[in-house]
Amino acid sequence: MDSKKPSRRKFLASGAAVAGAAAGAARSASGQTSTPAAAEPAKKNIKELIAYGDRSRFVTSLREASEGRPSPDAFGLTFHVVTPLGESVGSITPSSLHYVAAHRGFYVPDIDPKEHRLMIHGMVDRPLIFTMDELKRFPSVTRVHFVECIGNRSTPRRNTVAQTHGMTSCSEWTGVLLSTLLKEAGVQSGGAWIVTEGAEEVKGASSVSMTKAMDDCLVAWGQNGEPVRPQQGFPLRMIVPGFEGIYQTKYLRRIKVVDRYYMTYNDYGHLQKDPKVVALTNQIGPKSVITFPAGGQQLHSPGYYEISGLAWSGGGAVRKVDVSTDGGKTWKVAELRTAAHRMAHTRFALPWTWDGKECDIMSRCTDEIGTVQPTRAEVAKFWNEPLTPQFTVKGADNTVQVWKIASDGSVRNANFL
Amino acid sequence: MRTSSSARLAFVLIFGAALNAQSPTYHLGRAPTPEEVRAWDIAISPDGHELPPGHGTAKEGRDLFIERGCVQCHGRNGEGGKAPTLIVAKGAPTNAGRMPGMDMGIQAPGLMAVSAPYATVMWDYINRGMPLGREGSLKPDEVYAITAFLLFRNDVIKSEDEVLDAQSLPKIMLPNHDAYPGHPEWKHGTPRLRDYP
Repeated sequence: MDSKKPSRRKFLASGAAVAGAAAGAARSASGQTSTPAAAEPAKKNIKELIAYGDRSRFVTSLREASEGRPSPDAFGLTFHVVTPLGESVGSITPSSLHYVAAHRGFYVPDIDPKEHRLMIHGMVDRPLIFTMDELKRFPSVTRVHFVECIGNRSTPRRNTVAQTHGMTSCSEWTGVLLSTLLKEAGVQSGGAWIVTEGAEEVKGASSVSMTKAMDDCLVAWGQNGEPVRPQQGFPLRMIVPGFEGIYQTKYLRRIKVVDRYYMTYNDYGHLQKDPKVVALTNQIGPKSVITFPAGGQQLHSPGYYEISGLAWSGGGAVRKVDVSTDGGKTWKVAELRTAAHRMAHTRFALPWTWDGKECDIMSRCTDEIGTVQPTRAEVAKFWNEPLTPQFTVKGADNTVQVWKIASDGSVRNANFL
Repeated sequence: MRTSSSARLAFVLIFGAALNAQSPTYHLGRAPTPEEVRAWDIAISPDGHELPPGHGTAKEGRDLFIERGCVQCHGRNGEGGKAPTLIVAKGAPTNAGRMPGMDMGIQAPGLMAVSAPYATVMWDYINRGMPLGREGSLKPDEVYAITAFLLFRNDVIKSEDEVLDAQSLPKIMLPNHDAYPGHPEWKHGTPRLRDYP
């Protein structure tokens, strides 16, 4: 009955392309693998083999434009692209698949790191300007952190986990602690905020409180074992752990210590009239999503599967993930399969046997400060609003994602049913 | 003598410690020149103290809006183009708390220009981000004039001849001047909002 809806057909078709590896099957039937591997001529001394490795031609997971706004837009620009979380493995996002968000469409600057400078000035005793080489001489730290866009949310139009949750990615970042640089410059009394600014065409700038700046922010040049990728801010970017993406200034060239919230274009555009909503915008709440089985994917038969997903929180490390396979009636504690770093994606898994019947599956994250990921119903109740498909979670949406597995094994977004 | 030497030692210890707390540890980097700071110091505070010298009027801005190509994307009257609406129709909402240009199709009515709380934000954004593809090409006089033009056409300033400069711009009151509550204090290891589920 559902299959007669055109939106559902489209949804399954895109799901097949996106879900490939995780859902298994299908692809090998296309005839590409008919020649045994041993019959392939040995590849010798090709550039790809020696210089920079590619993934297998059989691995096809790709980013795609977020459906939130038409891409390309009226200017022919792509706005945001999402990580294919449905095929994600472990907790680190490959740099090539990291989600990308831009202030106003993609303009990735082509920056020569030899020419790049970082200036720290404003309310400091010693204004300083650094080359990249000088920054790399400071004591460095390497930390795993997620980055997430404030617009990363499930909607009735978003059916795959890439579209509902793909505007978050997780990398191992290497850089110097911002506190090290600020101490070197000597913050003057009254220096309560910083403005961080990029070198790209619009010179994106955001205000960050001095408390956060001195706590755990990174000025990063390394990502997953190599320099930060151009789409992620090469050669230098801010990492503001656990805060929404717009604070994580890319192409970082300037930090100014100031006395107030500076109300930059980025700042005021993200502010709301209701202070309660403002409080729900900067730090990401505890959040999780099942990435398999997830919307658009297909279970081919009843039997054993491992439910797998990602959990994270802007408030600290993931302490616990619960999984329900009966629509939230009962919950089981999932195993954490990767180290639970602070403000980092953490892989969870639950062994599970599907009996072939329709069911709703979901996950729920508890973080180290004891905050629990809410359901849409709980959030609607907090705002005293009716829980309808139109109810929109205010601020950053960290609500529980429900996937419905039909008796034919197809999986779809059940948040708005 | 004994007293004086221990006093001197105490002085050295205290002064030395204070000096130590304030002096750099790694001695990397160098001091930027005043010219380097001026060239990059483009984020404009609500009090406008970073605003450069210069001035402009709405009358000058009306011509510059065409000459500098703003009309090509924003439309002849600041609306109806493919870029965000800059001139709000009378009585239209000013949309506090909406990200300008970030909405669906970037065409939502009443966005941009006067949705900011301070005129300094408008000046800042035109200066750093416009025109698209030729960012940073406008001179301060031109940015003052185009800002004045948008403020005049949005009924914020009343005269086409009113001169905007570093002193007058920060004093302008926009409709959303008090619409934004500012940021709550952030503390390490605390939930976003008390009693939120």
